[in-house]
Amino acid sequence: MAQRVVITGAGTINALGHNVPDTLAAMAEGRCGIGPLDIRDVDRLTVKIGGQVRDYHEETHFNRQQIALYDRFTQFTLLAAAQAMGQSGLTFAGQLADRSGVILGNSGGGLNTQDENYRAVYEEGKNRVHPFIIPKLMNNAAVSHVAMQYNLRGPSFTVSTACASSNHAMGQAFLMIRSGMATAMVTGGSESMLCFGGVKAWEGLRVMSKDACRPFSATRNGMVQGEGAGVFVFEERDHAMARGAEILAEVVGFAMTSDAADIVMPSKQGAARAIAGALRDGGLNRDEIGYINAHGTGTAANDKTESAAVADVFGAHADNLMISSTKSMHGHLIGGTGAVELLACIMALRDGIIAPTIGYEEPDPECALDVVPNVAREAKVDAVLSNAFAFGGLNAVIALRKA
Amino acid sequence: MNVAQQVTRILAEQALLEPGDVTPDATLADLGIDSLGLVESIFAIEEAFDISVPFNANDPAETDFDISSVAAIISAVGDLVKAQG
Repeated sequence: MAQRVVITGAGTINALGHNVPDTLAAMAEGRCGIGPLDIRDVDRLTVKIGGQVRDYHEETHFNRQQIALYDRFTQFTLLAAAQAMGQSGLTFAGQLADRSGVILGNSGGGLNTQDENYRAVYEEGKNRVHPFIIPKLMNNAAVSHVAMQYNLRGPSFTVSTACASSNHAMGQAFLMIRSGMATAMVTGGSESMLCFGGVKAWEGLRVMSKDACRPFSATRNGMVQGEGAGVFVFEERDHAMARGAEILAEVVGFAMTSDAADIVMPSKQGAARAIAGALRDGGLNRDEIGYINAHGTGTAANDKTESAAVADVFGAHADNLMISSTKSMHGHLIGGTGAVELLACIMALRDGIIAPTIGYEEPDPECALDVVPNVAREAKVDAVLSNAFAFGGLNAVIALRKA
Repeated sequence: MNVAQQVTRILAEQALLEPGDVTPDATLADLGIDSLGLVESIFAIEEAFDISVPFNANDPAETDFDISSVAAIISAVGDLVKAQG
């Protein structure tokens, strides 16, 4: 028998805030977390802006030995996980520990650690490196540290599908609980690519904006990188109800597709199949969807393709629903982006506040949807979608319902 | 600072102890230094003396570098520093 799946905990750290309430307040205000990058050798970069986590000091949260093992992406993950676990009120022992795991999305792994290590051996000519470079930079480090910290001994792994990583991760967590494989899953994703080598690599692709992320606006000129983490506790609904847990939202559907077409250009058909698949999987009618958190990167190609896919799937209802890209505020967290964006979905369902697409200047006839320009809106919505369409043509869409 | 003092300082920092609490007869287990702590200590020793320590974490017993006590480590580091001239 299929189990219903609910969200009983949420945590985050990102450019908008170091926790969920601050992040949601910033989204509701339409505040921009993107600003000048404060990283080494920024003067040699062409792109000098990003959605960086500000006022962050690792020594405040971790001791010297932990810092030796935790890359920035692991640190962000552990801080977000602590908030999510605290809110859920779950502790893991015995059978519950064996039936609960961690699945997180991530794309760059410990890129800061790698960058610093390469500097040491190439630039400084050092022949000896710190012994923990490997356990610090591996993409599964965050998953393993969360598992160790909370005694999660069930299915655990890292999903790496570029910009769709955390949606794919949360989809796996959802499917495992629904199928009866797991009782609770810690899931979401994180990313920390804002270092010289990381941003320089992105510059090469020439899809980055030098001034702002303006999704769906005719004046958009590219994406802006962010960093941070979003972590959730997904739990079997009966288990959560039995212990009287607060339920933030219900996860009802998930679908993933592959464009099988191009390594960077998105496909309308691939996106549309994922959106339609999530509706079908969740048993949702098109007209039940009130809000979509868009992938909305602010690139010319994504935003028009995504708009066309939404129009195709929803038909006349496409003009009634709201769709916004919160990347305009927190930047694109790549492997962690779907996790932070799920917070906007929860805010829509729980609080009736639709996060805006900020930086919107001028309508684009190829993106003719209600993108909630610049100012948040109050609206009652019962079901929402969160889109993620990755480089490599890998698409993952999640459907949530009001609890 | 001589070799003994420097090695003691490195091990003390790893064990989160005061150097005065690290006695020559103590073993790494006594100090609570595990396998990861050991490789980190060896890295710190290599950096401090600019030497290469012949230590293989796969089989610590097989290598010439004696890690059976603080005194043994100090003596082994002393030999390596001398050998380097």
